[in-house]
Amino acid sequence: MAEKKFDYFINGEKGKWEVIIGLEVHAQVQSKSKLFSSSSTKFGAEPNTQVSLVDSAFPGMLPVINQYCVEQSIKTGLGLNAKINLISVFDRKNYFYADLPQGYQISQYKNPIVGEGEVILDMPYGTKKIGIERLHLEQDAGKSIHDIDHENSFVDLNRSGVALMEIVSKPDLRSPEEVNSYVKKLRSIMRYLGTCDGNMQEGSLRADVNVSVRKIGDKNFGTRCEIKNVNSIRFMQMAIDYEAKRQVELLESGKKVDQETRLFDTKKNTTRSMRSKEDAHDYRYFPDPDLLPLKLEQNLVNKIKKDLPELPDQKKERFIKNYNLSAYEANILVSEKEISEYYEEVIKECDKKLATNWITVELFAVLNKNNLNILQSPVSAKNLSSLIKMISSGKISGKIAKDVFEKMQGGDKDPEMIVKKEGLTQQSDPKKLEEIVNNVLSKNQDKVTQYKSGKEKLFGYFVGEVMKVSKGKANPQLVNQILKNKLK
Amino acid sequence: MSNILELSLKKIVNGIKKKDFTSEEVTKTFIDNSIKSKKLNTYITECFDDALKNAKNFDKKKYQDGLLSGVPIAVKDLFCTKNVKTTAGSKILHNFIPTYESTVTNNLWSQGAFLLGKLNCDEFAMGSSNETSFFGNVINPYGQELVPGGSSGGSASALAADLTPVTIGTDTGGSIRQPASFTGTVGLKPTYGRCSRWGIVAFASSLDQAGPMTKNVEDCALLLQAMSGYDSKDSTSVDIKVDNYSSNLTEKVKGLKIGIPKEYRVENMPTEINDLWKKGIDYLRDAGAIIKDISLPHTMYALPAYYIVAPAEASSNLARYDGVKYGHRAKGKNLIEMYENTRSEGFGDEVKRRILIGTYVLSSGYYDAYYLKAQKVRKLIKFDFDNAFKDVDAILTPSTPSSAFKIGDKINDPVSMYLNDIFTVPVNLSGLPAISVPAGYDKNNLPLGLQLVGKAFDEQTILNLSLAIEKRANLKKNLKVWWT
Amino acid sequence: MSIDKDTVKHISKLARISLNEKKVDSLSKDLTSIMKFIEKLNKLNTDKTTPLTSIINASLKSRKDEIKDGKIRDQILKNSPDKNEEFFVVPKVVE
Repeated sequence: MAEKKFDYFINGEKGKWEVIIGLEVHAQVQSKSKLFSSSSTKFGAEPNTQVSLVDSAFPGMLPVINQYCVEQSIKTGLGLNAKINLISVFDRKNYFYADLPQGYQISQYKNPIVGEGEVILDMPYGTKKIGIERLHLEQDAGKSIHDIDHENSFVDLNRSGVALMEIVSKPDLRSPEEVNSYVKKLRSIMRYLGTCDGNMQEGSLRADVNVSVRKIGDKNFGTRCEIKNVNSIRFMQMAIDYEAKRQVELLESGKKVDQETRLFDTKKNTTRSMRSKEDAHDYRYFPDPDLLPLKLEQNLVNKIKKDLPELPDQKKERFIKNYNLSAYEANILVSEKEISEYYEEVIKECDKKLATNWITVELFAVLNKNNLNILQSPVSAKNLSSLIKMISSGKISGKIAKDVFEKMQGGDKDPEMIVKKEGLTQQSDPKKLEEIVNNVLSKNQDKVTQYKSGKEKLFGYFVGEVMKVSKGKANPQLVNQILKNKLK
Repeated sequence: MSNILELSLKKIVNGIKKKDFTSEEVTKTFIDNSIKSKKLNTYITECFDDALKNAKNFDKKKYQDGLLSGVPIAVKDLFCTKNVKTTAGSKILHNFIPTYESTVTNNLWSQGAFLLGKLNCDEFAMGSSNETSFFGNVINPYGQELVPGGSSGGSASALAADLTPVTIGTDTGGSIRQPASFTGTVGLKPTYGRCSRWGIVAFASSLDQAGPMTKNVEDCALLLQAMSGYDSKDSTSVDIKVDNYSSNLTEKVKGLKIGIPKEYRVENMPTEINDLWKKGIDYLRDAGAIIKDISLPHTMYALPAYYIVAPAEASSNLARYDGVKYGHRAKGKNLIEMYENTRSEGFGDEVKRRILIGTYVLSSGYYDAYYLKAQKVRKLIKFDFDNAFKDVDAILTPSTPSSAFKIGDKINDPVSMYLNDIFTVPVNLSGLPAISVPAGYDKNNLPLGLQLVGKAFDEQTILNLSLAIEKRANLKKNLKVWWT
Repeated sequence: MSIDKDTVKHISKLARISLNEKKVDSLSKDLTSIMKFIEKLNKLNTDKTTPLTSIINASLKSRKDEIKDGKIRDQILKNSPDKNEEFFVVPKVVE
């Protein structure tokens, strides 16, 4: 049920403008070794220690393709509901840069391994399909470090040759919010598949963002600018916002938008033109003569399809259907495969509704506060399940449970042990409770009179006092009942 | 004891085995002759001390039976040799010392041979006269003013002058066969994918092949056998068993059908070349082969197609020579300036020409008209051969349109230089094997060769046919030593 | 197709090779004559032909996802004209 309407427009001086966005996402393939060489892909190694002769383009060196990287791309393509091209070609993209030892990047130009597909986004205003144009395999470049020395740059080729999947979207995105959702969805799909770890801080996922604007109602696309190498979703959103406004301003003042490549300045939060013009992108693509066309067997694709794990969308549908969750709740629980696994572990033995609430509210609050992910959760699924079971059985109250939850965190302690040790078992004995209620009421005769003559708010006061006396252990529902009876 | 310098590879291997002479004696003989022959400028790097050490060690140890046991071999300076300078005939690699060994040379050393030295060649294998090398041009032993051919000119010259018992070169458009023809030696370009390209400085990836250069056909078969084989490090290497070329070598070619392509009878073909071709036909007929006229209709388009494909691939392959990782680096205020100066200083004129042509034909707007077109023409040329080979077992043509020309004659006219490869280039475009075998002399007593082209992976047939021609031509080497 | 001096300058920028005026001049002549030679191909109609995609009739061989290389920093840096213990050192890019 759509609650909101889409409302991201640029309000220029002369009217409302729509923003058209296309993303080229570069996702590092999760593999042990590189695309065309056998050196390691592990992040954070000492400079130039994960570099082979092939990676550093010594004379006479030749590429040999990593079969696993091919399969990872097929998997990802299938996860995007895309067409797998049984014949694809590797092309050389020729340009010069210090982090490109060959003087060319092995990529795919006219014949990529994966064709058209789509990704479905859940936006507050409804679901939206974002078209995928293609996915292709290519080599990552090394790294140039510019800020150590005044006159020189330092080159580290560890990353040179790591397999990248470049996922090109159609220009279907219309707001920074949609971009946020799209990137998160892509990331989630690949993490589910195990084809990319989506770690943006380590550079496993980055994007080039294409932005253009047009007046609402206009059917043609405006001139677009490409903002290169943005490595966080937040920066993408800021870049889009700034760039869209910049373009609107230009157009409204009668100027043209130049088609160019820009960079996002993370200090000023603005985009600026790249001064070094890469010769108008004349990459002189041609098929790499050191390789042959890649021919895939349909059997291989079928096998990979058969063995695909459950994807986020499928899992979400299943959760909604089988666990009676709302779309919103399901979305959160499937956003990471590990969260969904945690959830399903917890609900094996306890109430689903409570589990949903405890995970999405209480547990997530703790994780967010301490910058942890679900795998680093201070409370295990097993123990959370125990806690919830105690609430369901009435052994402890919801409020006490919150205290217990906090106490569980220092070392994933067993909640039953905590309750036992600290005597936190809920007091549900009606006789005992009646005793306490009588006690409280007798000590507050004046307030009882006031209540009976109309001050209904005092009910809460009585409940509070009972709780105080019982040190929070009184069963709230029973207390309510008993009080109601006594105060009739 | 017969002159070791004149012995064939086979005789040297057997002689060492039978202890007629030692590896040290053989090595010393070739070293001495090499030292005397500096005028020819065939060596870029001499490995004489290490070669002698290796020879002595070989003699000391128990005899190891390999195809090339105890033999010193000098190789074209395009093969990366571990810890031995490898220059590709270029200033840009003038100080490059690889930490790795090419697969093909490693194959030789595994068969018991060892490195004698690195031989001069046209810069990055681009040339047909060995006049483009940074290390100076090579001279043909057959005449002080003559080129040895190229790009494997140093190899051919050293071989003809008996500075090395055998050698290996590379052939992209004729760089083994043409110098072989100019120096009266045997040179074979194997089927594309027969020998590994790993560790060979790349010129044009879809055309380059390493191959044997020897004094006779028997040695060629033996050396080919030692060099060949599948290499998983080379994605264009083909996993087909290596035949026993050597023991399967035979003169018995009766019944084999030999195609004579009419399109190779080019305009203004010198009479001598035509006569030589006729002689070759007679030899093979005499050996029992059946001669057939065939047509390879797209022959005339081969050279233009080659001069699109080869420079295009080269322009990309040579992009790695940027002064960052190895080789020459020039000064520059910034990275781009450093690149531009390094490559300007480091590359010679012919290399520059080819890089620029290659860059041009791949550039925006021209790809379809040139590179794509050339690849289509290539397909047509390959089809020509495939069709012809339905009817014949081998094709006989001249190797070169002339004998060795004078130094300086063609160096200022690129196109005239390119025409040298007119008979050899179609073979590279089709990926087929071909051999040049000495078949006669021109009126100035300069060597002339005939080319035999075979079916893919059928090197045996062209070796056999070459043997038949060799036996019948029965050429006596009439080379007077003037260069020591 | 004649290759004029501006074209020579443009291609040489793409190829990162600096040329003085004299060289640009002579290259313009050389390249023009080479292109004239190459353009013989235009006489041949290739509309019905597809381009050659590989000279070998085989499928692309692949390798297993194993780490068998790297950890050879000394070898990698050994031949570099300018380096320190860890990196290749190059003049700065003007950004």
